[in-house]
Amino acid sequence: MPPQNDPSNVAAAFSIPFTRYLAVDGSVEEELPDFAHDPAALIPLYRAMVLTRIFDEKAIALQRTGRLGTFPSSLGQEAVGVGAASAMLPEDVLLPSFREQSAQFWRGVTMKEVFLYWGGDERGSNFEGPREDFPVSIPVASHFPHAAGVALAFKLRDEKRAAVCIGGDGATSKGDFYEGLNIAAVWSVPAVFLINDNQWAISVPRQKQTAAQTLAQKAIAAGMPGEQVDGNDVIAVRDAVARALKRARSGNGPTLIEALTYRLTDHTTADDAHRYRSDEEVSQRWKEEPVSRLRNYLVSQDAWNKKDEEQLLSVCKEEVEKSADEYLATEPEPVSEIFDYLFKELPDDLRAQREFAIARIGGNEHD
Amino acid sequence: MTERTLVEAITLALARTMDENEKVLVVGEDVGIDGGVFRATAGLINRFGKDRVRDTPVSETVIAGISVGLAAQGFRPVGEVQFMGFIYPVIDQLLNHASRLRTRTRGRITCPMVIRAPYGGGIHAPEHHSESMEALFTHIPGLRVVIPSSPARAYGLLLAAIRDPDPVVFLEPKRIYRSIKEEVEDTGNAIALDKCQLLRAGRDITLVSWGAMIVETLQAAETLSTEGIEAEVIDVATLKPLDAATILNSVEKTGRCAVIHEAPYTSGFGAEIAARLAEYGLTNLLAPVRRVTGYDVTMPLPKLEHYYMPTAARVVAAARESMEFS
Ligand SMILES: Cc1ncc(C[n+]2csc(CCOP(=O)(O)OP(=O)(O)O)c2C)c(N)n1
Ligand SMILES: [Mg+2]
Repeated sequence: MPPQNDPSNVAAAFSIPFTRYLAVDGSVEEELPDFAHDPAALIPLYRAMVLTRIFDEKAIALQRTGRLGTFPSSLGQEAVGVGAASAMLPEDVLLPSFREQSAQFWRGVTMKEVFLYWGGDERGSNFEGPREDFPVSIPVASHFPHAAGVALAFKLRDEKRAAVCIGGDGATSKGDFYEGLNIAAVWSVPAVFLINDNQWAISVPRQKQTAAQTLAQKAIAAGMPGEQVDGNDVIAVRDAVARALKRARSGNGPTLIEALTYRLTDHTTADDAHRYRSDEEVSQRWKEEPVSRLRNYLVSQDAWNKKDEEQLLSVCKEEVEKSADEYLATEPEPVSEIFDYLFKELPDDLRAQREFAIARIGGNEHD
Repeated sequence: MTERTLVEAITLALARTMDENEKVLVVGEDVGIDGGVFRATAGLINRFGKDRVRDTPVSETVIAGISVGLAAQGFRPVGEVQFMGFIYPVIDQLLNHASRLRTRTRGRITCPMVIRAPYGGGIHAPEHHSESMEALFTHIPGLRVVIPSSPARAYGLLLAAIRDPDPVVFLEPKRIYRSIKEEVEDTGNAIALDKCQLLRAGRDITLVSWGAMIVETLQAAETLSTEGIEAEVIDVATLKPLDAATILNSVEKTGRCAVIHEAPYTSGFGAEIAARLAEYGLTNLLAPVRRVTGYDVTMPLPKLEHYYMPTAARVVAAARESMEFS
């Protein structure tokens, strides 16, 4: 064993910084970053988290009554998506996993679109808002290399834009996660990789996912900075992502951020988390959740009161209900649609299949 | 006598082989305390312990790759891939390693492993959870591809797959995981690999299918029977190696054949069967071989999925057309 305390015998050393501004009870732990100095500036973040939570509740209710497909709740993880998306510029590109509805909403994806997607309708991925944002990535971690590619495109065109890629703790166990990070760092592209470390990958807890002390340190092997933030502190998430974006835009390459949060409910509506984790664990984690944390802070600053809260809840509920109604009233697509977007022009070989499919339903495309 | 679902039969076969042979291990995402997202490994960890029932991190490459290493060392790993949509990295391990270790070492190192994965549509699952890509595997030399179509066949075929000395891909039609119950006794009797299963005898036309589409195929045979058309129904069951003789013999008798599969049309496994008939049974054919399949389209999400799935009515129509051909 070489003596560890002799710096000349250390080939490499690293540390992983951790950022949190708001303590669990919403009190200020560290001096807030500039964007958070005015509490009123944080209200849009609060609103976005609340909206996501109400959407989430509605989505689950629709699923339970057979009007939506399997749905992955983001309960308790709203600060990750809101923090990240609120740090982005509209011209950046988001590459989300399946659990980042809050980021999608901030980016301008509509609730109706998200309902459509999880309701089993491809039109939900044809966003009217952020035209360049990627659809959600269901195959875990498969979108990390895409983010490197998107970011490389920005770099090649000399644009001051960045790609933001979000994945789960489980995603960091996959080759494509690391391969994406590696190339992003080697080619120094403007990408930000954000891990929603919600402590669980379905039934597998974070400690069984990796023997590494943090997920953020996986950045070190790829040759980029890695840091941890309290993922239930939206100020910390936004701050870290904003710093990483600044780094990316100024040509200094990618960053990996691990946001520590917790999945407060089942993996999806198809899961039953009681099989593998205790209620006690979950109720402990409720104390750390991001929405009440920011609310407590805002209230402590006299920037929010009971009436504001009531008003916000009713406005959000109304918006969610309206979107759900629009979703439910959406006419189904005709069968021809399953053919019409495969290629720019339908090849002759497929034309016959398309005609057959239409004829099969008696020529009534809306059968 | 115990009635079991297909997924229960899978669990039973896993437990049976684990009991028989301590070299059998189960690896996969959420196969431990969760018992697998479809409950196929439910209870195994309690019975056989966490050394033999191992939750992996999220990594399909690991599930397959670690199985290659274990198998080379004499273990009998059974890897579960949660959905076929995530199996594609596994193909690298199967094609480049598992399927050729025996050949490239001239028998010195072998690879007795099984990869199980649910596949197929019709359950309104999210994106990437409904494809039928079995043909991809049938193109790999040195690999067995097995697809059961009932609880009893699932039990017997999985026993055979795990006991087999070579790598097997065992694809489970999840649409019928729980929709059919059948008597399945834990007899330990395997069903022979490389053998088609004759499910219904008939003189007029041979209907060939596998997996969940067997349901529609048998329904179609019932309907056809009321019209006086007696269909013979063959469940391919072991796509690779293919028991072509059973199909050829049947068509020698009936002179007509339709192949039914959920997978897309082009290069679906139906093409292989049609080609075998063209090559070895042409003079017996009274009509062109018909294929009733999914379309050559990206698997639609649930709202349009029903347009994609072949129906019994389509099978009946194809059979009638075949009967009318002269
Ligand atoms: C490649 C791949 N394998 C398996 C699955 C099935 N699956 C869906 S989510 C999930 C766990 C993902 O965990 P994590 O990355 O932590 O994200 P979380 O669900 O916690 O947001 C698994 C295994 C998948 N979608 N993709
Ligand atoms: Mg997770």
